[in-house]
Amino acid sequence: MLRQIEGSRAVAETVALCRPEVIGAYPISPQTHIVEGLSALVKTGALAPCEYINVESEFAAMSVCIGASAAGARAYTATASQGILYMSEAIYNASGLALPIVMTVANRALGSPINIWNDHSDAMSQRDSGWVQLYVESNQEALDVHIQAFKLAERLALPVMVCMDGFILTHAFERVDMPEQAQVDAFLPPFAPRQVLDPDAPLTIGAMVGPEAFAEVRYLLHAKQMQALDAIPEIAAEFEAAFGRASGGLVRGYRTEDAETVIVALGSVLGTLEDVVDELREDGERVGALAIRCFRPWPMEEVRAALGGAERVIVLEKAFAVGIGGIVGQNVRLALDGLGVRVHDVIAGLGGRAITSASLRAMIEDGLAGRLGTLTFLDMDWELVEHELERPSGPHAENMLRDLRERVG
Amino acid sequence: MTPAPRPAIVHSVIQVRIHGRGGQGVVTAAELLSVAAFLDGRHAQAFPSFGSERTGAPVMAFCRIGDGPIRTREPVVHPDVLVIQDPTLLHVPGVFAGFEEGTVLVNSSREVDVPRGRLIVVAASELAREHLGRPMPGAPMLAALAAATGAVSLDALAAAFRERFHGPVGEGNVAAMQAAFAQIEELTRA
Repeated sequence: MLRQIEGSRAVAETVALCRPEVIGAYPISPQTHIVEGLSALVKTGALAPCEYINVESEFAAMSVCIGASAAGARAYTATASQGILYMSEAIYNASGLALPIVMTVANRALGSPINIWNDHSDAMSQRDSGWVQLYVESNQEALDVHIQAFKLAERLALPVMVCMDGFILTHAFERVDMPEQAQVDAFLPPFAPRQVLDPDAPLTIGAMVGPEAFAEVRYLLHAKQMQALDAIPEIAAEFEAAFGRASGGLVRGYRTEDAETVIVALGSVLGTLEDVVDELREDGERVGALAIRCFRPWPMEEVRAALGGAERVIVLEKAFAVGIGGIVGQNVRLALDGLGVRVHDVIAGLGGRAITSASLRAMIEDGLAGRLGTLTFLDMDWELVEHELERPSGPHAENMLRDLRERVG
Repeated sequence: MTPAPRPAIVHSVIQVRIHGRGGQGVVTAAELLSVAAFLDGRHAQAFPSFGSERTGAPVMAFCRIGDGPIRTREPVVHPDVLVIQDPTLLHVPGVFAGFEEGTVLVNSSREVDVPRGRLIVVAASELAREHLGRPMPGAPMLAALAAATGAVSLDALAAAFRERFHGPVGEGNVAAMQAAFAQIEELTRA
């Protein structure tokens, strides 16, 4: 049914349609509306026998999910930003124990300085945790990919993060086609756990493993992620057959066929980017865009196939690795090894700075004219940075905010 | 690669930027404008500016309305319609930023001056106080927008407010809306 609702509400209702049995909930902006929505739905009794557990921290939220999943329950939680850092130890345990938990990450910046707005630093900080990471472009895709995520997680016994841009998607009202319960039930069978903690048949999970087998046990995560490269497109195809719309998958090209320049991006910025691609195409520029919908596992072959024919690739990223530069860009370069394609990293949208079509267009035109370096920070206020670098002392954030206020006058 | 590329989108979009103060229902107004447009069968997108939303602080929210899917996620940089829910904001820097031409709706019971645009003044707080019992200007401002631009229908706005606010609050908002719509319709017909 078509509805005009908030992204968070739509995700909450969709997760409910997936019949979770345990929800570990701890609020943090911009994720809060999702667990609030689920709380209200659980309270109506519509999700019975789902147990909604208000915990004392994100570490506890993931720990509850680990316990629940190990006991054979379909477990879900959501978090963002500092919350994902606080649960990080448990995140690694969930994947290491092969527990198919699904978690929404309402992407938000990491402090310090503290900042509540959107970027991808939080999810990117867990890119090597062994969880699958799926990034969505719209609220429709957020719904669709959550349904696919449970199926994927349970098929491979692997936890999955669905990453959706905080505020930009979670707080946006837009049209979504909300599936029916019967459709979701037909697509997503009840959870059939591969390992169950059961008092009647006692066993332990999570043994300490020494050098004799540690690498082998850890390698299983990599092996499963490689299996996910096959399972993700399969499940996306099953979803399309069942629901009549395409979403999810590994990568998605937009006007890339004959493109000399392709801009790679993750998440909701794709919409703005595609509008700019259309404008530049009207001007006769051969440009396209590539959406990375699955970042972990890294779809090496699909990225290579999509970008290998381009002369120039611009990787637009909402996070960066301090001390080197782009994160996605490093992965793209690996995928393009030996092809001689020039790769530029452009860091944009940090801490909620709006990525405007005007800035994107100017940046791409710089790229087309050969003016783009290896690493660019879009719309960076260099005067503010340089002034602070020259300053002998003081707290940076406070100094720079004062400089900005003085500039306005 | 899956799935197939989406086609290029060619359609016109009306961009609305709502300015108000924290507590005035600015975000709700943008959301319900989008719901109304949806009920009219159109595509719409609404989102707040995500500032530090404190009571009384300047707040912005955005709404785009079009006949096809809306892909862009940038804030409304070049609004076609400015809705100003508090006349003291007319002097705040940035309120008219990016606004070149179009309609400016101002909530005021007195005459006001704006630097550019087609000005529509509506005493929305007064209408809300009269019909709703509280000076919440959102509903009458949106009704004025509907009357002045035709971007949404009054019926759809009423349905959107009734869905969000049940009972007397919903009906009060709708009554304030009807009054504002009638005023502005008469004004623009004259």
